[in-house]
Amino acid sequence: MNIDTLVQNLLNALQWGSFYALIALGYTLVYGVLLLINFAHGDIFMVGAYIGFFLATFLLGQYALALPFSLPPHVIFLVTLLLTMILTAFAGVTLERVAYRPLRRKGVNRLYVVITALMCGLILENGNLALLGANRRNFPQLLDNTVYSLGGVTFSDVKLLVIFATIAVFLLLETIVRKTKLGMAMRAISYDRMAVPLMGIPVDTVIVFTFALGSSMAALAGVLFATAYPVLEPYMGALVGWKAFIAAVIGGIGEIRGAFAGGFLLGFVEIFVAAFFPSTLRDLIAFSILLVFLSIKPTGIFGVARATKI
Amino acid sequence: MLEVANLHVRYGNIEALHGVSFQVKEGEVVALLGANGAGKSTTLLSIMRLVPPEGPVVTQGAIRFNGKDLLPVPAHAVVAQCGIGLVPEGRHIFGNLSVLENLKLATYARKDADQIERDYARVFSLFPRLADRKHQRGDTLSGGEQQMLAMGRAFMSGVRFILLDEPSMGLAPLLMQELFRVLKELNEAGTTILLVEQNAHLALKYAHRAYVMETGRIVLEGNAQELAEDADMKRAYLG
Repeated sequence: MNIDTLVQNLLNALQWGSFYALIALGYTLVYGVLLLINFAHGDIFMVGAYIGFFLATFLLGQYALALPFSLPPHVIFLVTLLLTMILTAFAGVTLERVAYRPLRRKGVNRLYVVITALMCGLILENGNLALLGANRRNFPQLLDNTVYSLGGVTFSDVKLLVIFATIAVFLLLETIVRKTKLGMAMRAISYDRMAVPLMGIPVDTVIVFTFALGSSMAALAGVLFATAYPVLEPYMGALVGWKAFIAAVIGGIGEIRGAFAGGFLLGFVEIFVAAFFPSTLRDLIAFSILLVFLSIKPTGIFGVARATKI
Repeated sequence: MLEVANLHVRYGNIEALHGVSFQVKEGEVVALLGANGAGKSTTLLSIMRLVPPEGPVVTQGAIRFNGKDLLPVPAHAVVAQCGIGLVPEGRHIFGNLSVLENLKLATYARKDADQIERDYARVFSLFPRLADRKHQRGDTLSGGEQQMLAMGRAFMSGVRFILLDEPSMGLAPLLMQELFRVLKELNEAGTTILLVEQNAHLALKYAHRAYVMETGRIVLEGNAQELAEDADMKRAYLG
């Protein structure tokens, strides 16, 4: 592998890993606060991509009901991205309200909540299928996607956008969690749930904020993913979601930097395995490597074993 | 100020309090004494409106604070709106947060920025050890320092009425005296205190009045000094 190919693959891995990282974030945030693995989160990514699709096509004037003026495509992209994040955040919060909160109020074992999450994921997938049909949809091209060449390495502005957006999200979330009271409350809940209301903090507010944050990041991933790979189908979130969950575990679930480290690691492993082996072997080899990694360090890259509190 | 009347609570199917009634008046230090399992902590958790899995379910009776019914109030509002704070048994500080972050978190619902600044200064003057360890993680503190942090946190939440659950547990005698001196200082500055203690000697020395609990009921009550001299009390709790 010469240096050009190496740099090319590194760049591809960074982009690919960015999607995993952004989705893994939602798993890790919710786990950090509720110790719940929200298996519906991959489908929230799908919901985000679809919301983005309908917003973008609406703003482009492809429906009978249209805006009285037309916007330039990059403005449409930006508006679509922001609105999608907001709407998907509502979807995530609604999921929490409707499915998880009633169970939490009853104080049931977390296992049942995890099963509920799995079911919610299936409902989202099949609800989409029933509502919108099995047709694949093409996400409209909103950005020029200029391809640059530097030596033997080619990269597009979409690729750079994905990578920089992910880095920006990382910095933003670290700041939220380190510096704001709500972020501190998120960390506090993961350590001692009982003491949080004693600080005058409504636990539900913190939980809603966590779901909103995680879902909006999944929406960001959804719109960026659809911009880079413009084919949408109802099951697009299933496999990506599973993989992002694995990325979160590899990074150390509950840790924000773990979601990013795990996401990028998974991206690198997949891209580099595909560079050397036939692509049909990609997932087999990639996940075998991760299996070995986890058997050596079960808590993931940044995770620490939780002491069971009495 | 606080009035608990005929309070019955249960954990699951087990009734833990069978009709507890008592009062705390503004400015008082009241001690709640009794052996393990008498229902002292349960009483405090009920007042704070902590619900399962952490707290019990109230089945009968009333808890009123300044005339207001506390039963429908959620726990965070008991702190933020009613101004009642709990220093829980076992401290429950946030070990993954720094000392300063622990204190800062307690100001979550407060809007009075100037008073918050004065309160930080007050906490650090009451507990200079916390000032030295400001940037250390909570779980690196010693047991005594954690107790100070738990009290500092309750103070920072801006409450006027503090419930303390076994503050002396696991502390060296010197530290215990120190802690109670701080409690007395807080009380003289206007904070009302309801204190659950197993160390009855210590509690009666600082309290104005006390109630003694036994298996979910109040069995004895009176002025602290009288109780300290009471023969039954001596035999049962003071040794």
